[in-house]
Amino acid sequence: MSILVDENTSFIIQGITGREAVNMTRECLDYGSQVVGGVTPGRGGRDVYGVPVYDTVREAVEKHGATGSVLTVPPAFTRDAVFEAIDAGIKLLVVVTERIPRAQVSEMIEFAAMHDARIIGPNCLGIITPEKCKMGGIGGPAADTRKAYKPGNVGVMSRSGGMTTEIANALTAGGLGQSTAVSIGGDAIIGSTYAELMPLFEADDETKAIVIYSEPGGPMDAKLSEWVQENDSRLPIVAFMAGRFMDKMPGMRFGHAGTIVEGKQDTAAEKLRRLEEAGIAVAEEIEQIPALVKERL
Amino acid sequence: MRFYEFEAKQLLAKQGVPTPSGGVAETPADAERIATEVGGAVVLKSQVLSGGRMKAGGVKFADTPAEAKAAAAEILQLEISDQLPVSVLVEAKAGIKQEYYLGVTYDAIAKQPVAIFSDMGGIDIEEVAEQHPDHVAKRNFSALLPFSDYKMKELIASLGIGGRELTTLTRIGSRLAHTFLKYGLTLAEINPLSQLDDGSFVALDCHLDMEDEARDLQKDLLAEMGIDADETRQGRPPTDFERRGAQVDQVDARGVAGRVVEFDGDLGLVIGAGGGSLTIFDAVQRHGGNPANYCEIGGNPSVLKACELTKLVLSKPGVDKIAVIMNVVSNTRVDIVARGVVKGVIEAGFEPSDKIVFFRIPGAWEGEGFKILEKYGVEYGDRTVSMSEAARRAVEKLGAS
Repeated sequence: MSILVDENTSFIIQGITGREAVNMTRECLDYGSQVVGGVTPGRGGRDVYGVPVYDTVREAVEKHGATGSVLTVPPAFTRDAVFEAIDAGIKLLVVVTERIPRAQVSEMIEFAAMHDARIIGPNCLGIITPEKCKMGGIGGPAADTRKAYKPGNVGVMSRSGGMTTEIANALTAGGLGQSTAVSIGGDAIIGSTYAELMPLFEADDETKAIVIYSEPGGPMDAKLSEWVQENDSRLPIVAFMAGRFMDKMPGMRFGHAGTIVEGKQDTAAEKLRRLEEAGIAVAEEIEQIPALVKERL
Repeated sequence: MRFYEFEAKQLLAKQGVPTPSGGVAETPADAERIATEVGGAVVLKSQVLSGGRMKAGGVKFADTPAEAKAAAAEILQLEISDQLPVSVLVEAKAGIKQEYYLGVTYDAIAKQPVAIFSDMGGIDIEEVAEQHPDHVAKRNFSALLPFSDYKMKELIASLGIGGRELTTLTRIGSRLAHTFLKYGLTLAEINPLSQLDDGSFVALDCHLDMEDEARDLQKDLLAEMGIDADETRQGRPPTDFERRGAQVDQVDARGVAGRVVEFDGDLGLVIGAGGGSLTIFDAVQRHGGNPANYCEIGGNPSVLKACELTKLVLSKPGVDKIAVIMNVVSNTRVDIVARGVVKGVIEAGFEPSDKIVFFRIPGAWEGEGFKILEKYGVEYGDRTVSMSEAARRAVEKLGAS
């Protein structure tokens, strides 16, 4: 088992003919993912490594029946691409694009909710269920992805795409595989937060523990703490918090769009306090994570 | 980016929000003239981007134009959080009957805009929410559907406000919400929104924030307000080093190698990506190191960008050595970063094996990257060396040199 994606997942890539998207297509195919189609307006009829390109999502979905889409279109066109995908029946959207204005992200998420679709991201690298499906750039080239990610029992959620792989790599080195790893995105508003993905992991027999990566900014960790306390979760959680130096630099944005200290609740210190209050273990260093997870299994 | 108070008030006034009479003074003589025009007592407020003006002495009162001139002279020379004000806002001072709070921002949990109202204005809203939760009301609204004013009416009425106060506050709140949506703001706050002795309402202080992502869409507005594209308007103005960092990031459209923030230390950092940079910066400090800068590499930048970023970091006075560390990379290529960094060190006139205290970037194309580092005798670590361990080795090596 796993969450969100498995060996039966098939998806399309919107913006497939872009430079980074072409690489990503190759990587996903090499890893064994079922990339069944791509969309770039005006490029219909071509192919990218054998993946047929269409002008519209509707056409791609009608021909191949995909239920997922990875979006790598420029920020000015992302909202439209998301609406198009949802309108054509796509239920799982991985929005890779960064720098989408917050109002548009809010609109995309509301539209998705109206159609029972889920958005992962924006500003994320995607989802991976090791050896079954890699949906997005997460892990990079297939050979590198296989080095970092191994099948196992730890669910990973991270606001940073790069740190998702760094944490998986540390878990793998410590003999712990992953059930599913989700790069949830670094924007101030994202489609699926830690607390919203927890019920999925909770319902997944294979997942025995959770590791999260977090940063200063936003109320998402506080919400996770609340969720854990209210739902008496069976899953032990280990958290890593980066950007502790930012507590002394209010108003300055580092890293992701959502990473800024504006009020007390945004600071690393306050977030750590709340996580610990909920019984979530906090690792000082990435390399401590495997031992902390093992102690709690 | 944060707007100065005077800019925020000008923008809100154009949208129909009542603001105090007065004007912006760049000299004490201006302040005297504005105070004469206003007639009567005035308040003078330092125009800086940081908070805490009142405590720092950046807000003064004056009963006569001569007093206003003297107060303006003092405020214009007063640094607040290391910033000199750009101007002084001179406004009519009036008797206040009641202070309210009205704000619109995004709620990351509901993932929608949220309007916030309180009948205890004039103090920090977070503090009111903590100590007097029954005096704060919140209401989410859709960014997808058109904004409808009844939402603001329901919000304000929920705190027991009725009569003319309700209709006036609804009108002001709705204009605030429309402004928020129209200009891609992430925060639009009037605090206090004051009811004066004569019953009229006026926005005594306000705070507007626009996210960088919206700046392209709001080019016309920003041009009209005279705000340049390179004004970052963050917690402090950018340093020259940071401005040059932004230029490096613009040498081509491939990936990111920039987002530089200057610090006082001696260890130059060439690090990435978003989350990785935060992790590495913490680790360097935890191991007793003093970073000279923060920066970010990501999204597979070109050799040129990595090279220029390296040269920039090396050019900073006091930087003796650099550490090159990233998390396990997915799309950024190790070989491209390695080539760029080595090239940058050589072009700056140094030996890579001497200047780079440690290199740790595992992941995509690592084999090719490690070959380059071996050729130039640069000490490196693969994925079995943690980010923290890499930071520790860099700090120790710098200390020993």
